[in-house]
Amino acid sequence: MLTIAGLSKRYAKGDKALDDVSLGIPAGQVVGLIGPSGAGKSTLIRCVNRLVEPTSGSIRLGDTEITRLGGAGLRRARRRMGMIFQEYALVERLTVMENVLSGRLGYVGFWRAFLRRFPQADMDRAFAVLERVGLLDHVDKRADELSGGQRQRVGIARALVQEPDILLVDEPTASLDPKTSRQIMRLIVEVCAERQLAAIVNIHDVALAQMFVQRIIGLKAGRVVFDGSPEALDTAALTAIYGEEDWSRTIREVEDDAAEEAAAQDAVRVLRAQATPAAARAL
Amino acid sequence: MSAAHAPARRWRPPPLIANPYLRYALLVGAALYLALALGSVEVNWARLSDGWARGLRFVSGFLEPNFSRRWDDIVQGMIESLTMTVTSTVMGIAISVPIGIGAARNVVPRPVYYVCRSIIAVSRSLQEIIVAILLVAMVGFGPFAGFLTLSFATIGFLSKLLAEDIEDIDPAPVEAIRATGAPWPSLIAFGVLPQVAPRLLGLSLYRLDINFRESAVVGIVGAGGIGATLNTAIDRYEFDSAAAILILIIAIVMASEYVSGLIRGRVK
Amino acid sequence: MPVTALPEGLRSWQRRTPRGQIAVWFGWLLAVAFTVFCWRVMTQGTIWAFVWDAPTQAADIGARMVPPRWSYFPALLKPLWDTLNIATLGTLAAIVLSVPVAFLAARNTTPSVAFVRPLALFVIVASRSINSIIWALLLVAILGPGVLAGIVAIALRSIGFIGKLLYEAIEEIDEGQVEAIRATGASGAQTLAYGIVPQIMPAFAGISVFRWDINIRESTVLGLVGAGGIGLNLESSLNTLAWPQVTLILMVILATVVVSEWVSAKVRHAII
Repeated sequence: MLTIAGLSKRYAKGDKALDDVSLGIPAGQVVGLIGPSGAGKSTLIRCVNRLVEPTSGSIRLGDTEITRLGGAGLRRARRRMGMIFQEYALVERLTVMENVLSGRLGYVGFWRAFLRRFPQADMDRAFAVLERVGLLDHVDKRADELSGGQRQRVGIARALVQEPDILLVDEPTASLDPKTSRQIMRLIVEVCAERQLAAIVNIHDVALAQMFVQRIIGLKAGRVVFDGSPEALDTAALTAIYGEEDWSRTIREVEDDAAEEAAAQDAVRVLRAQATPAAARAL
Repeated sequence: MSAAHAPARRWRPPPLIANPYLRYALLVGAALYLALALGSVEVNWARLSDGWARGLRFVSGFLEPNFSRRWDDIVQGMIESLTMTVTSTVMGIAISVPIGIGAARNVVPRPVYYVCRSIIAVSRSLQEIIVAILLVAMVGFGPFAGFLTLSFATIGFLSKLLAEDIEDIDPAPVEAIRATGAPWPSLIAFGVLPQVAPRLLGLSLYRLDINFRESAVVGIVGAGGIGATLNTAIDRYEFDSAAAILILIIAIVMASEYVSGLIRGRVK
Repeated sequence: MPVTALPEGLRSWQRRTPRGQIAVWFGWLLAVAFTVFCWRVMTQGTIWAFVWDAPTQAADIGARMVPPRWSYFPALLKPLWDTLNIATLGTLAAIVLSVPVAFLAARNTTPSVAFVRPLALFVIVASRSINSIIWALLLVAILGPGVLAGIVAIALRSIGFIGKLLYEAIEEIDEGQVEAIRATGASGAQTLAYGIVPQIMPAFAGISVFRWDINIRESTVLGLVGAGGIGLNLESSLNTLAWPQVTLILMVILATVVVSEWVSAKVRHAII
C-alpha cells in the first residue's frame, strides 16, 4: 500500500531529520514507529502527506507518487490519508459533528462547507463513524466540552470519515491517562482491522506499542535501526534505538500487560481474519 | 568571634540602568529637554485670566446643559453621526476580513501578505482628520465624505488586529484540516475563522465605538455629523449647548460599551 | 434537535435547529435592512454628481500637489519642535493625573466601591469619549490659541486612556503577592509600594510609551483647530490652497509618525 524509498529530509537549519529511510507497508498492517524524541518520527509521517516537504526520495501510495504531486493532486492524495494527532487538533469552538464532517472537506465545495450543507451521503458516513467510536450521544456538543479520550475519538472519527487507505497517527496517547490510552490504541487497531487500513503509529510508550501493533520500526537520528515483530524487540534492540539503559523493567512490564491484553488481542485477530475489504466498506 | 570583625555588608537596590555614565547622561538629558520644552511654551497670562471666566462657564454649562437652543441641529448631527458610524463600520468590516486574512503570515503566500500589509500601513499612517479634509475636497461636504473616511480608517485598524489574531491561533487544527485535503477556502472557513470569530466580534464592536467618537471629529472639517454642530456651538462660546452635545456623546459611548460588554460576555 | 431521523433509518444533521436557523436568518435580514436604512438616511443630502466627479477632483488635486515645495521645510522646524513638546508634556501631565485615578478606579485598591469608583470610572469614560481634537477645540476657546491648549488637550484625552489600561492592569495583579506583603505587617502604603507597584510597573511603562506614540500622531493635527504645532501650518496652507506646501507637511507628518512608532516599539521592547 505505502512504499517509501530513500526518503531524506534536511531542515533549513541544516540538521538532518530523516536519512535515507526505506520501508513498505501492506494494506491492513499497523506499524508502530518508536524512537527517542527528535529521531524524526513526526517528520516521517508528515512527509507522507507532505505537511513537511521531503528533501529527496520517493513515497508511493498505491500507484501514486506523492512527492511529485502539486495543488489539486496533493489534496486528492491527502483525502486518502487520515491523520490523527497528539493533542487531538480539533477545532475547539466547533461541534463534534462539524469536526467530524471537516474530514469531508476535501470532497465538498467551499460553499457547502461554509454553510454546513454537507450531502446526505457524508452525513451517513459521519453518523456511521460516530457510532463506531461511541460518540453518537455527543453529536452537538462543542469539542471543548469533551474529555481527552472523547476528543481523541472525535479525531479518529474525523480521520475515518475521509474513507482513507492509510492512517497516519502521531502520538495518539501522549496526552491521555494509561487506561484511556489503551482504549484509544485498541480502537485504532480494531478499525484498521475492520477496514483493512494500513497505519503508521508514532508512539513513545514502547510497552503500549508492543501490546497492540503487528510490526515495530525503530528510528534513531533519522535512520531505521530496527524493523521487526514486537516480540523481536529485546534489550539489544532497545539499546540500539534509545541508547544504554536498564531495559529489563520495560520488557517485564510488557509481559505482564500482555497477559491482560491477550483477550483483546485475540478478538482483534478474529476480526482481522473475518474482515474483507467488502465487509469493511459495508461498515 | 570572627563574625564580629566581618565588615558590615551593605546593600542597595540595583539601578535600572547599570552603566553610571549612561544613567546620568539620560537624567541630565531629560532635565535639559524639560527645561527647554517648558521654556518654549508661550503663555499669555492676560488671555489666561480671561479664560478662567470662560472655563467656569464651561463647567457650569456641564452642570446645566442646554439641550433646547440647538435641539434641531443636535438631532440632525446625531442622526448623521450614527448612520455614518453604522454604515462605515459595516463597510469597514466587509473589507477588513479579507485583507486581515491576507495579512496573516501563516495562512497566505508571501506576495499576498506583503500587498495586504502595505494596504494596512497606508490606512494606519494617515490620520482620520487629514483623510477627511482630502475627501471633502474630492466628494464635497456632508456625511458621505465622513463615511468614506471612517471606512478607510476601519480597514487599517481591524485588518491589523485580525491579522495578528490569526497569526496567534493554534496551528494544530489548521494542520489537521489541511491533512484532510481541504481546499484553501474551506481551510479558512473551518480551521481559522471559528478560532478568531469571538475576537473579530469584539474588535468590530470596539471599532463601532471608535467610529462613533471619530464621527464627532470629522464634522469639524465638514464631513458631516455632530462635530459640525459642536464646532458652531464652541465658536459662538455657547458652552451650555456644547456641554449638552458632549454629554450626549459620553452617554452614547457608555451605553455602547455596556451593550458590547453584554454581547461579548454571551459569545465565548 | 439538529439531528433528525429520515425514513429508512437514515439520519440528517444540521448545524442548528429549524427554529434556530430561522432566527439566524432573521437576524441577518434585520442587520442588512438596518444598514440599508442607515445608508439611505445618511445619503439623503449627498450630491452624487460630486461623488462621481471625485476621481477628476483627485487627479486635479494630485497634479497640483507635486512637486512638494522643499524650500518650505526650514519654516516647519519650530512647529515640529512644538508638536513634540505638546505630545511629550501632555503625556507627562496625563501620567501624573491618571495614576491616582487608576488606583481609585481599580476594584482592589479603591477606598470605596460604591462612591469613589464610579466617579473615577466616569472621569475615565468622559476623557476617553472625547477626541483630543474636540478637547483642543474647547480649550482654544477657553485658553486662547497656542501650544498650551494643545498640551492640556492631549493631557485630558490621555488620562482616560492611561487610566483605563492601568486600572485593568491593577485589577489583574496576583493577589497572593499582595497578601504576602500584608502578612509581614506592612502598612497600606507599604503594601502598595512593595506588593502592587512592582507588578504593574512594566505595564505602566508600556502603556505610557504607547500613549506617547499616539499623542505624537494626534498632536500633528491639533493645529487645525488652533492648538499649536505643525497642524497650524497645514491649516494655513490648506486655506491658501498652497497644495505643494500641503504635500511637504503631510510628508513631514508621516515621517514623524513613523519615527515615533519606531522609537516607541524600541522602548517597549527594551522594557519587556
